[in-house]
Amino acid sequence: MLELRHLSKTFGGLRAVDDVSLTLAEGSIAALIGPNGAGKTTLFALMTGFHPPSGGSVHFLGHDVTGEKPFRIARAGMVRTFQIVQPFAGQTVRENIAVGAHLHIADRAAALAKAEEVARRVGLADRLDRDAADLTVAGRKRLEVARALATEPKLLLLDEVMAGLNPSEIRDVIPVIRAIRDSGITILLIEHVMQAVMELGERAWVLNQGRLIAEGAPRALAADPVVIEAYLGQGMARRLAKGRGDA
Amino acid sequence: MTRLSLLLVVFAALALVPLVVTSEFWLNVCVLTLFSALIGQAWNILGGYAGQFSFGHALFFGVGAYTVAALQVRLGVNPWIGLVLGGALGAAVAVAVGWLTFRYGLRGSYFALVTLAFAEVFRILANSIPWLGAGEGMMIKLAAGPGMLQFKNLANYYWLLLAMTLACFLAVWWLDRSRLGARMLAVRDNEDAAAAIGVDAFAVKLQAMALSGLFMGLAGVFYAQRYLYLDPGLAFGPTESVEALLVAIVGGIGSLFGPLLGAIVLHALSEAAQAALGGLPGANMVIYGTVLVLMVLFLPRGLASLFRQRPQPVEPPDA
Ligand SMILES: Nc1ncnc2c1ncn2[C@@H]1O[C@H](COP(=O)(O)OP(=O)(O)O)[C@@H](O)[C@H]1O
Ligand SMILES: [Mg+2]
Repeated sequence: MLELRHLSKTFGGLRAVDDVSLTLAEGSIAALIGPNGAGKTTLFALMTGFHPPSGGSVHFLGHDVTGEKPFRIARAGMVRTFQIVQPFAGQTVRENIAVGAHLHIADRAAALAKAEEVARRVGLADRLDRDAADLTVAGRKRLEVARALATEPKLLLLDEVMAGLNPSEIRDVIPVIRAIRDSGITILLIEHVMQAVMELGERAWVLNQGRLIAEGAPRALAADPVVIEAYLGQGMARRLAKGRGDA
Repeated sequence: MTRLSLLLVVFAALALVPLVVTSEFWLNVCVLTLFSALIGQAWNILGGYAGQFSFGHALFFGVGAYTVAALQVRLGVNPWIGLVLGGALGAAVAVAVGWLTFRYGLRGSYFALVTLAFAEVFRILANSIPWLGAGEGMMIKLAAGPGMLQFKNLANYYWLLLAMTLACFLAVWWLDRSRLGARMLAVRDNEDAAAAIGVDAFAVKLQAMALSGLFMGLAGVFYAQRYLYLDPGLAFGPTESVEALLVAIVGGIGSLFGPLLGAIVLHALSEAAQAALGGLPGANMVIYGTVLVLMVLFLPRGLASLFRQRPQPVEPPDA
């Protein structure tokens, strides 16, 4: 459903995304992992039209959407959330979600009703009339998901929706995401919480310094020396292996 | 009571004002107040709802005023047609300005300054085009009668203005319960987040410009017909621009009744100051400036926020 071909983005001299090619199949949960500054968020921004790529192309549902405006890509069915949450502060949770629902629903009452239904799906039903600015971090992350979900996307891009949550909050969110996939929405998530990646991801890509360095099942990746080095630094995999050998 | 019935009751009460207020002086104060509410609400659509602060709203006001005046004076076109065209041209010029500025991503203070500059450009143009009367302005021939949109009686002007103001307030009431209104607030609060969930911010802002320009244009038509005289400074100078944004901000931007509250309070203060200081020149501006500073410091969401619990109550969906 999604294909990236040789996608690149440079900021000044920095190659934030460097020749990334990948194909994402419909109906799965896939994960994009990698250390801070690897270029994951930038990759989402390239896919959804927030940054023009320096090179390469993005194909979604068989169409070349490279350089399209964000709102057009959202209308085509690829919707991102923001790592740094962006609530419409001063508006209620219900009103926030309704903006997403309005993508395909013109009627105000119907959009508000849809917002309520989506809030139930992500566990915000008890906070519908709260000001979005008054939500906790966990609540705001859910709101990001809810707003995107209300647009009825075909592909949902979740950028670190579990960062900053405590373990019990994370345990609560995992089934929510799985239920979204079960409703027929393909999900690509950026995540640092390895527990979540292991539990949710059927496939994962590892990005490091803008480049894809590994791809496979999350469990296999976690044991991959190349991946361990990317996270922990040069020579670490060897030392770890040696340590295991010595023991 | 729903907001619509409240709105209609308020306007029904306002319609009775000329029957109660018999003094020409005080009825004139009422006309000026209503006029402020109209342009404040027009500004509120763009500034309060779509979040685009304009410093040059007189531009669309002036376009409306010059349209009805020039059509009558130069081409003999009936002012009722001028009324329609004045509103339409106000909207069209607003869309053109929006297209030029939003296309290049101008936001915030840049947008405000560009609108100010556009108003100034139009003032200079009007000043130099003989067909528009240049610096001397234009005088509309006296021909009292509803067919010519001129009235001997101030009460009739009041009711004409009330109808325009009601139309503008109804438009905002509709925004409060429409997809377009929801999208305006989303663009105002976070343009990127709105775009990510499919909102075409550019189109939304142009629609806000169109609505806002339409009602400023109508206000301009009213002004021209009421005073039967127009010059570039009156039409495109900063007075109406400042009044529009001041009324909206004091009243409470992004709220339906805010501009009416703002207009009433500002004119009440201004009359009180006139009475106390005996028409000291510039006293109005000092009062307005002081009120604005106090509002921004102590009541940033305007007078309307005094009547509203937080969070803002949502109308229950009818379905
Ligand atoms: N708008 C930008 N301008 C300049 N540099 C940027 C911009 N956005 C991201 N970067 C840089 O690109 C690199 C990748 O950032 P990012 O995509 O946010 O990484 P990640 O999401 O993997 O942590 C970082 O070095 C970051 O500083
Ligand atoms: Mg990131």
